[in-house]
Amino acid sequence: MNKASSLNNAGNAGIALARQFGIYVVLLVLIIFFSIASENFLNSSNLLNVARQVSMMGIAAVGFAFVLLLGGIDLSVGSVITLVNILAAWLMVNAGWNPVLAVTAALLLSAALGFSNGWIIANIKMPPIIVTLAMLIIIEGVAYLICDGLPIYGFPESFAVIGQGYVGPIPIPVIIMIVIMALGGFILSKTFFGRYFYAVGGNEEAAKLSGIDVKKVKYLVYTLSGFFAGVAGIVILSRTNSGQVLSGKGFEFDVLTACVLGGVSVTGGVGKISNVLAGVLILGVLSNGLVLMDVSQFVQMVIKGAVLMIAVALDCLQNRKSL
Amino acid sequence: MILQLKNITKTYPGVVALDNVSLDIVEGEVHALVGENGAGKSTLIKTCTGAITPDSGQIVIRGEEFTSLNPKLAEQKGIGVIYQEFNLVDELSVAENIFLGRAIRKGIVIDRKAMEREAARIFEELEIDIDPSALVGRLTVGYQQLVEIAKAISQKAKLLIMDEPSAPLTQTEAQALYAVVEKLKAAGVTIVYISHRMDEIFRLSDRITVLRDGQKIDTINTADTDLDKLVTLMVGRELTETYPVRNHKVSDEVLLSVNDVTGAIVRGVSLDIKRGEVLGLAGLIGSGRTELAEILFGYKPKTSGHVMLGGREISPRLPKEAIAKGIALIPEDRKKLGALLERSIKENTTISVLERISRFFTVDKREEQNIAEHYREAIRIKTPSLDQKIKNLSGGNQQKVIIAKWLATNPDFVIFDEPTRGIDVGAKSEIYALVNELVESGKAVLMISSEMEEVMGMSDRIIVLHEGKVTGELARKDFSQEAIMSFASKN
Repeated sequence: MNKASSLNNAGNAGIALARQFGIYVVLLVLIIFFSIASENFLNSSNLLNVARQVSMMGIAAVGFAFVLLLGGIDLSVGSVITLVNILAAWLMVNAGWNPVLAVTAALLLSAALGFSNGWIIANIKMPPIIVTLAMLIIIEGVAYLICDGLPIYGFPESFAVIGQGYVGPIPIPVIIMIVIMALGGFILSKTFFGRYFYAVGGNEEAAKLSGIDVKKVKYLVYTLSGFFAGVAGIVILSRTNSGQVLSGKGFEFDVLTACVLGGVSVTGGVGKISNVLAGVLILGVLSNGLVLMDVSQFVQMVIKGAVLMIAVALDCLQNRKSL
Repeated sequence: MILQLKNITKTYPGVVALDNVSLDIVEGEVHALVGENGAGKSTLIKTCTGAITPDSGQIVIRGEEFTSLNPKLAEQKGIGVIYQEFNLVDELSVAENIFLGRAIRKGIVIDRKAMEREAARIFEELEIDIDPSALVGRLTVGYQQLVEIAKAISQKAKLLIMDEPSAPLTQTEAQALYAVVEKLKAAGVTIVYISHRMDEIFRLSDRITVLRDGQKIDTINTADTDLDKLVTLMVGRELTETYPVRNHKVSDEVLLSVNDVTGAIVRGVSLDIKRGEVLGLAGLIGSGRTELAEILFGYKPKTSGHVMLGGREISPRLPKEAIAKGIALIPEDRKKLGALLERSIKENTTISVLERISRFFTVDKREEQNIAEHYREAIRIKTPSLDQKIKNLSGGNQQKVIIAKWLATNPDFVIFDEPTRGIDVGAKSEIYALVNELVESGKAVLMISSEMEEVMGMSDRIIVLHEGKVTGELARKDFSQEAIMSFASKN
């Protein structure tokens, strides 16, 4: 080993560090920028507000990240949110169920819908994008059938705690997000089946030949994606206090953006939950900061799209260099 | 002197891939480049083709000096390369592939006829029989490679670098390749030929350069050396025997019994494997060898027949079930079917035993580390760290990690499918020694190989397949290349 190569080592370690935490650097830069640009940005109540705004996205992003790791995609996330939202509302209001029961039933349904996606993808070997697109349309239709397109409201007061309550200064949705993110991180880094997500996403045939039951892994991942979307749906319902057919519309694209910003590869096998959290926070900070700066909603869309494009472009360029 | 490398050094994090290497390639020669995996051959080629930039040193092409090249410049200077992975588009015709990016046109329309004529002319020169209008995807690997060569020639390559060109080929295809190499040489094309196969190096080359651990050991005239000397130069130590002797007898206990099994392209195959035995499975590509292995391993379905393991019938529908019964398969295609390239050596080693070393779904990281550490020592996996991604290892070391994965499952019956393809001599003999250890401890091994010498050197008995059927069985005393070939090509 000579001097040049040890210098080289240090350089590469630097790059590795930047890759690992680069997304947090971006987040920090954004926070600094908005702190300077708007006097209302940097205070605890606004930051907690940001955290609460992104919590639903963060919850759903965990399952979505699993699906991406597997090399799949789940377009039905938004419609699962809508259906869970409508169903739980309908059960509480029209069928008079108590909230615990209604929420449990709705969550079970979301898991079952996710499982159906996984089963069809694994057994009929249809492309995930088509399966979940069809599922999106079906589920959305069912949600309309249940409520006729009309909002449902008038829930028991206790139900509002989930979306509107606090533990100390921390909003409960934020706590739910943190718990689910921690759970997701634990699954990926500590459990054997989390390892399997990476293995199947990285090389499905090699995973199968290594003794992994690939079908079961797919069932599990899509079930979790459905379930976490369901949890997000319940939180949204409790926050808005009314069941709405538009509650989850387009949500899958926000979640996808957050995951990709967080460095989850859309081709599978690469990604970490801690970085997904950063992706979620970047989107949250961006929209909150832009609102505080009085930037119009349409301009915000343009900026968000550009951020996504740049984030992925940087990742692609970096990957190419390392080859 | 068509190409000179002067004091080329290239370092990667933790590795000096090339250490002050100088090399002269004389116009018109076939220059073989040999060395173990990780010796620096690939880095050297990439330097010549401009795929990488060396840290220091010069590249001199016909007197013109460069500190680095880029692929386009290398091509302009007449350097062509045939990589192990082909750059061909399956959906296009042979002629279209040859002229990819340089299509002959009439105005804005592609002149297919002219391209096919030109391709045919090149093939004629090289005495190759390929239809220029055929789709490349329909050709065998051997013919695809010839298309690659024709492509390089059409680009007026004066120096052709071939990276293990014979590795994916059958015996017959390799012969055709040798003929083409000789034609090219006669036509004045200089060739740098990288290979692990010693027979072809002696057959084709004028001079041989040996690399080891990133350094040039020597350049010698092929006529002045022999196999033993060359191997000693390559590994830096004497390898006593290519195929280590086994000091034990095959037991009488049948471990695996295959009875009239049909499925995929396998047709009614029956065979027995005893404990302590290496059964060689020979046959041409497409004879059903790999498919039989995959059926036994539950990777491909069997439509009829019975398989008994240790006296009990098994019928695995998934590899997972076969593994639970004590079967292991080291697959033929290391990168596609063996390795999880983006994951670490450690994770690759333990992926098949993860559930066993988990409690409450949680992987016991200490146990995992122990297992990986154990096999790194036991089968000498060369790596600075077990957390290194497996894709950064050389082919031989990757194969060792994959073997480690299977040893960790503690199998009774191990199937090796082309275990030493593209692996250097040092790693090869280590893998052979490992096979011996397995059978000496009472396990059984099924060994599939296209290399005649390997099958004959390692097996206690050989079964030959042809078009999915068993066409012959040979006891050790009857082993001969001729006997195997005649069974392998019989109807």
